Amino acid sequence: MTVALSGKEIATQIEEKFPESVVESSEKAVVVKSDSLLDVAAFLKDTPSLDFDYLNYITAVDYYDHFEVVYMLSSLEHNHSLVIKARCSDRESPALPSVVHLWQGADFQEREIYDLMGIRFEGHPNMKRIFLWEGFPGHPLRKDFM
Amino acid sequence: MALKTEPFVLNLGPVHPSTHGVFRMRATLDGEVVVDIEPVFGYLHRGVEKLTEQRTYTGIIPLTDRLDYIASMSNNLAYVLAVEKLAGIKVPERAEYIRVIMAELQRVAALLIAVGSFLNDCGAYFTPFLYMFRERERIVDLFEMVSGQRLTYNYMRIGGVSQDIPAEFMPALRKFLDMMPRFLDEYDQLLMQNEILLARAKGVGILTREQAINCSASGPVLRASGVKWDIRKADPYSVYDRFEFDIPTGTVGDCYDRYRQRVAEMRQSLRIIKQAMEQMPPGPVKAEVPHLLHPPVGEAYGRIEAPKGELGFYLVSDNSIAPYRCHIRPPSLINLTALRDMIRGWKVADAIIIFGSIDITVGEIDR
Repeated sequence: MTVALSGKEIATQIEEKFPESVVESSEKAVVVKSDSLLDVAAFLKDTPSLDFDYLNYITAVDYYDHFEVVYMLSSLEHNHSLVIKARCSDRESPALPSVVHLWQGADFQEREIYDLMGIRFEGHPNMKRIFLWEGFPGHPLRKDFM
Repeated sequence: MALKTEPFVLNLGPVHPSTHGVFRMRATLDGEVVVDIEPVFGYLHRGVEKLTEQRTYTGIIPLTDRLDYIASMSNNLAYVLAVEKLAGIKVPERAEYIRVIMAELQRVAALLIAVGSFLNDCGAYFTPFLYMFRERERIVDLFEMVSGQRLTYNYMRIGGVSQDIPAEFMPALRKFLDMMPRFLDEYDQLLMQNEILLARAKGVGILTREQAINCSASGPVLRASGVKWDIRKADPYSVYDRFEFDIPTGTVGDCYDRYRQRVAEMRQSLRIIKQAMEQMPPGPVKAEVPHLLHPPVGEAYGRIEAPKGELGFYLVSDNSIAPYRCHIRPPSLINLTALRDMIRGWKVADAIIIFGSIDITVGEIDR
């Protein structure tokens, strides 16, 4: 069985390394500050005891007052997984750092989120729409899109 | 005087480079060599994720049929598993076994199409494809018996399956299991050492182990690169922990390995079906589930090892009758991440095979 690592325990490890980078944590997930997302992601990937070498998926949820981007990470070696989240509250031009250089698997998924949810990933080598055409009005997966 | 040359842009598609749906590859060529390639999606985008937000949990099941439409049963299963996880529903034993049998039959059917169309791409025009369709037809007949449908089955339900298998199903399945290994041997005889196939696929489009993991590849594509990772073993769902089967892996990660990987996986699926048939207990096939489901506030991710890789549904519930958010993790889309690295440096003709060896369904990419 894939062990879902406790978000609370990982959060203390992250806090030790990067103080004040965790917004909140539960058993299921760790919410990290968007400006420390890259550091935390690299830490999770490169620490041998965690070894999160595999990015299962990225997705985004619109909660009206903020967007939540969800990353599920796995280690194929240790067979454990972790969900980390990042939030951005700017509805006009929400942005988060891109993790493509850590996990190339994020490439199309970040473009998809940009296309359908309108969150821009900074540092992505090809940040443009993936399914809809350039010039499509709005981002359909937002809750206020009619 | 040097000849002036410039790169040439060639659109492969959007009709289709082979038989995988409406998809376009924008290739930049230097002579016959591909120097860059960009996949272009969106021709089949129907906004399934948005549609789910206005449907009841049960009403979403038919939508899942239309994602990877050559493996509808697998899509059904991944979705209902996610909802059951979200709402904490327990499924009767018999239903679990029926689900496993259907999912594995579906895997064989989908892999037959994958192998068949790959051989088409290699130039073995429609002869092997027709053979594979002959066998797939028998599986489709079996599915028709249980669900009345031949493509979009809509068979699984939250808490079980829509109805028990009919009396004539088991004898027909037994007959299929007797025949199928012989057919697989026949393919091996015809194709495994076929000189043209070896020449075209061996060493072509290599995806290394590290690249495969970094690109989040899954399913046969990941395993053909030598990574022993199968969700049925690594994170068993349903009753997969009760069956004995092996995880075949490749060594090189070239097109030939991916082809062989799929044939090997079909044999393992047949093993699982045989065991599931023997162990299947009698009993109900559907748990008592309220007609309009209100899962508690929260989120869940349910995933399965679909024929193409990790298929998952991420659901967020706000305690209403429709999901607040439903995200689908499509193996077809994510497996294409490595396409550019695999194709660059190869000729146009190889690009078609490399693309074919990944095995995609556009319904799942675009959603």
